[in-house]
Amino acid sequence: MIRFENVSVTYRDATAPALAGVDLHVPEGELCLVVGRTGSGKSTLLRAVNGLVPHFTGGTLTGRVVVAGRDTRDHPPRELADVVGMVAQDPQAGFVTDSVEEELAYSMESLALPNPVMRKRVEETLDLLGLADLRHRPLATLSGGQQQRVAVGAALTAHPRVLVLDEPTSALDPGAAEDVLAALHRLVHDLGMTVVIAEHRLERVAQYADRVVWLPGGGLPPVTGEPGPVLAEAPVAPPVVRLGQLAGWEPVPVSIRDARRLAGPLRDRLGEPPAVASAPSAEVVRARDLRVRYSTVDAVRGVSLSVGAGERVAVMGRNGSGKSSLLWAVQGTGKRSGGEVAVDGVDPATLKPGPRRKAVGLVPQQPGDLLYLHTVGGECAQSDRESGRPPGTCRELLDRLAPGIPDDRHPRDLSEGQRLALVLAVALTPSPRVVLLDEPTRGLDYPAKTRLAAALRALADDGHAIVLATHDVEFVAEYASRVVVLAEGEVVADGPTAEVVTASPVFSPQVAKVLAPRPWLTVADVRAALAAR
Amino acid sequence: MRLHPGAWWLWALCLAAVASRTTNPLLLALVIAVAGYVAVSCREDTPWASAYGVFLKFALVVIAIRVVLHVLLGGVGGPTVLVTLPEIPLPEWMKGIRLGGPVSAEGLAFALYQGLQLATLLCCVGAANALANAKRLLRSLPAALYEVSVAVVVALTVAPQLVASARSVRRARALRGDAVRGVKAMRVLMVPVLEDAFERSLELAAAMDSRGYGRAAGLPRRTRVVTGVLVLGGLVGLCVGAFGLLGGSTPGAVATPVLAAGSVLAVAGLWTGSRRVRRSRYRPDRWGPRELLIVASGLVAMLATFLAPDGLGGAALTPGTVPLVAPGLPLLPAIGLLCALAPVVVVRNRVDT
Repeated sequence: MIRFENVSVTYRDATAPALAGVDLHVPEGELCLVVGRTGSGKSTLLRAVNGLVPHFTGGTLTGRVVVAGRDTRDHPPRELADVVGMVAQDPQAGFVTDSVEEELAYSMESLALPNPVMRKRVEETLDLLGLADLRHRPLATLSGGQQQRVAVGAALTAHPRVLVLDEPTSALDPGAAEDVLAALHRLVHDLGMTVVIAEHRLERVAQYADRVVWLPGGGLPPVTGEPGPVLAEAPVAPPVVRLGQLAGWEPVPVSIRDARRLAGPLRDRLGEPPAVASAPSAEVVRARDLRVRYSTVDAVRGVSLSVGAGERVAVMGRNGSGKSSLLWAVQGTGKRSGGEVAVDGVDPATLKPGPRRKAVGLVPQQPGDLLYLHTVGGECAQSDRESGRPPGTCRELLDRLAPGIPDDRHPRDLSEGQRLALVLAVALTPSPRVVLLDEPTRGLDYPAKTRLAAALRALADDGHAIVLATHDVEFVAEYASRVVVLAEGEVVADGPTAEVVTASPVFSPQVAKVLAPRPWLTVADVRAALAAR
Repeated sequence: MRLHPGAWWLWALCLAAVASRTTNPLLLALVIAVAGYVAVSCREDTPWASAYGVFLKFALVVIAIRVVLHVLLGGVGGPTVLVTLPEIPLPEWMKGIRLGGPVSAEGLAFALYQGLQLATLLCCVGAANALANAKRLLRSLPAALYEVSVAVVVALTVAPQLVASARSVRRARALRGDAVRGVKAMRVLMVPVLEDAFERSLELAAAMDSRGYGRAAGLPRRTRVVTGVLVLGGLVGLCVGAFGLLGGSTPGAVATPVLAAGSVLAVAGLWTGSRRVRRSRYRPDRWGPRELLIVASGLVAMLATFLAPDGLGGAALTPGTVPLVAPGLPLLPAIGLLCALAPVVVVRNRVDT
């Protein structure tokens, strides 16, 4: 269905090719998962499928890409719209109309399909993706998961034979991600559609893949094959694969089900994990009965939270459950409709932005919003000035978080992980007692997440209190000492990580699912326990 | 089944035409009342249904501004001086303008009438917005204008996104603790907002391309030129004709043919353009008897005002303010305006059956 013949892509002004020597054949009806580190060319590969690379992005493509018998050399994306459906990373940025039904019909209108056909397909798609209740809703009012499903639906109505998705679940909470993936699974199995997905959160998708394409980057050709063996070799792999490697299981399992069938002996050998003694520490943040209300919506309804020095708290919950509002209200810059916040005894909302920044640092969801200068060095110097710190403070922090970023690099040209490190360094320059992070792991690959977790751990050990809002179950297992779960603006669970995440399958990390009922959380813990034996 | 947005906009335009022709406060108030009543009773449950209220508030502000400006700057004087403000002397070269000075009842009435006229026009637009979204109207444009309408729709969608993005950047800036103002603050805010907008538009363009936008739309050059000339010429004709008719000072014998010629040209241009566009439209809005009835009711109101002889109210359309007289109700135009309430009946009947 899709054939890449010795394809290399070099963007203009780039020193090295973004993709090199790709020979790939994806047969009809397969779900093909593209993995690799950040910047290894996953998006380029995906966009080459429907000709956006190079027709839209520029650059030089050598070799041949043939989709359903059409060469992308002679067919620009619009002429491939009837065979390739493309779902971009941010669904909202790709919406052309403003209501669900019209969005679903848009591709068909471009293909000049007759009205009765359009009516029928819109109804079918609404049912297939469970969107029937939302048909007249304006797109802007939908939640992230619903928007993602509309974007998939809008690509489907043209009845393409290939569906290409770039990180379809990275912005979604675990439940919404399940919905989208279940819909995709149905498409592959019921309609024989060929699906190509790139994703960082492999723990969510790896089990559905028929084939994995690993892009090693750096001009090396991709490695293609069965999910288990390829992922075992790649630097990015879901925890279940890593656990399988550690335990020496053959073949390396990709799904929880396969792993559990092999896990009996390991469970017996490991026994119970050591109890984590949590020493009570000095309270740094205290929020009492915190409320945030936007015109008609209660985003946060009476949350009380106390965080001690050295604690690493993760706030979890559905999209729209009030996580961001809570962080911003605690920081003092965001809206607060009621309740009290005290950081070291002082309400940050009463401080001026400068001193407030010294009390509580916050890394927003779009870290790029904080940056506006043209070089990394400039941002660091500016941050030192703003915080009244000796020159070089920010730079030193940055080198500790992500070493080797040159001073003259433009912040836009950094990878997601590097940009996050820069913003975190900017937030940490005044050395605030409390650090808040809003959804920091979006777009980070596994090694980058492990580095972030280590950096946050080091900060906590220095006596900072850290609160982080996230959907990323695996990251929580790796990083947090305590988990708070929000639902509709209220705290529904609050306790030590092991206790909270193992209580429900939605928030359980893969290792815990495999080794249940024993509450092991990460591969690193298991490895340490095995080594100590 | 919703009604065609074009019907509502034409109806509202007819009411606006009435308002543009008169400064009689009674008639203007009647227009506002009719537009408001129809907007409230015929609107559907949509996010934009509350548009009339927004426009009405805006209209009140407009009246207030017009009156305040008149009080401050003067203009029309009259014998009945209500109050005399201290006059601020201005340099010789600004002799035409007066700041402060006597405020007369005649001048106030004049300003009020004029402000009310502007406010009524706003209310007509508000009613049209509440009844049918402008975006939906754009969807009904002829296929030849498809590219233009997409551009407008996208721009309408991008504006709120820009506001949202500016808000989030400003909030994020507060996190850096520096309170920059003036030119530098503009740069600090504008760089991320514009970068964001630029990236969004690229992403949108990529998405539209992937979804078949502009597929096989390559019109031959000659057709494009012919279409462009016809459409532009038609629009100019339409504008000149409409201006002449509404202004009332150009003889109708000149304005009407220009308007007609403009319409013919525009239609011809759209027709030649539309022939080649290969696109279909999902659930297009259709014209039916109900739509025609709504437009007809608006036309009746407009014609009743434009053609009213002096004896039946034509003379009372522009009541004099010097000397100040109580305005009379123009009979025929008022009856015509009541006809413009017909949409209420049309929509009610639909609900009953």
